[in-house]
Amino acid sequence: MLGLIVDVIIYIFLIIGVFFNFLAGFGLLRFPDVYTRLHAGTKCTTFGSIFITGSVIILGLKMWYLGNADGSVLAIHTAGALIAILLTNPTGAHAIARAAHRSGVKPVAAIVDGLDEMNKKTIKKPNEKKEVKK
Amino acid sequence: MIEYFNEYIIILIALLICVIMSIIRVARGPTAPDRIVGLDTINTIVISSMVIFGAAFREVIYIDVAIVYALLSFISTLFIAKYLEGGDY
Repeated sequence: MLGLIVDVIIYIFLIIGVFFNFLAGFGLLRFPDVYTRLHAGTKCTTFGSIFITGSVIILGLKMWYLGNADGSVLAIHTAGALIAILLTNPTGAHAIARAAHRSGVKPVAAIVDGLDEMNKKTIKKPNEKKEVKK
Repeated sequence: MIEYFNEYIIILIALLICVIMSIIRVARGPTAPDRIVGLDTINTIVISSMVIFGAAFREVIYIDVAIVYALLSFISTLFIAKYLEGGDY
C-alpha cells in the first residue's frame, strides 16, 4: 500500500515537471520579446527540473527502503544535480538579461527605459567607453 | 530493447518535443540574445532528461554526467553573455 502511494507521488511529480518544461518551450515560441522569452524559458525550466529531480530522489529513496543499496547513491547524486541546477540557472538568466540590455535590445512596447537613464547618470556604459577610445 | 521500456521513455519523448521547440527558436531568433535564451533552455532540459535516463536504466553514471554538463553549460552561457555585452573583459 505504501509503495503504491509512493509510485503515485512519483508519477504526479513527473507529470508536473514535464508540463512546466512544455510550457517553457511553448512560451519560447509564442512570446514577442527577448525578456519575456527569458522569463518563460528560465523560470519554467527551473521549476520543472525541481519536480523531475525530486521524483528521481523519491525513487532512489524508495529503492533504498526496499533494500537496494544503489538507491541511496542515486538519490544523493540527483540531489547534487538539483543543487547545480538551482545555483546555475538563475545566474545565467541574469547574465543574459544584462547582456541583452547592454547590447541595445529594447522591449517591444517600451516607452520609458528607466534603467538606461539611471546608467547614463551614474556609470558609463562599456559601448560608450569604446567610442571614447577611438 | 523492449525489456528496458518503462514509463520514463514516454517522459523522454515529451522532453524531446520541448527541445525541438527550443531549436526552432534558436533557428528563427531575430537577435543574438534570442538564440542564447534558446540554448540556455536546451541545456536545462538536457540536464533533466539525463537525470531521467539515470532513473530509467538505474545507472548512476548518467547523473554524474548531468552535474558536469550543468556546470560547463553555465560557464559557456556566462562567457557568451560577456561577449555580447561588449567592452573590455
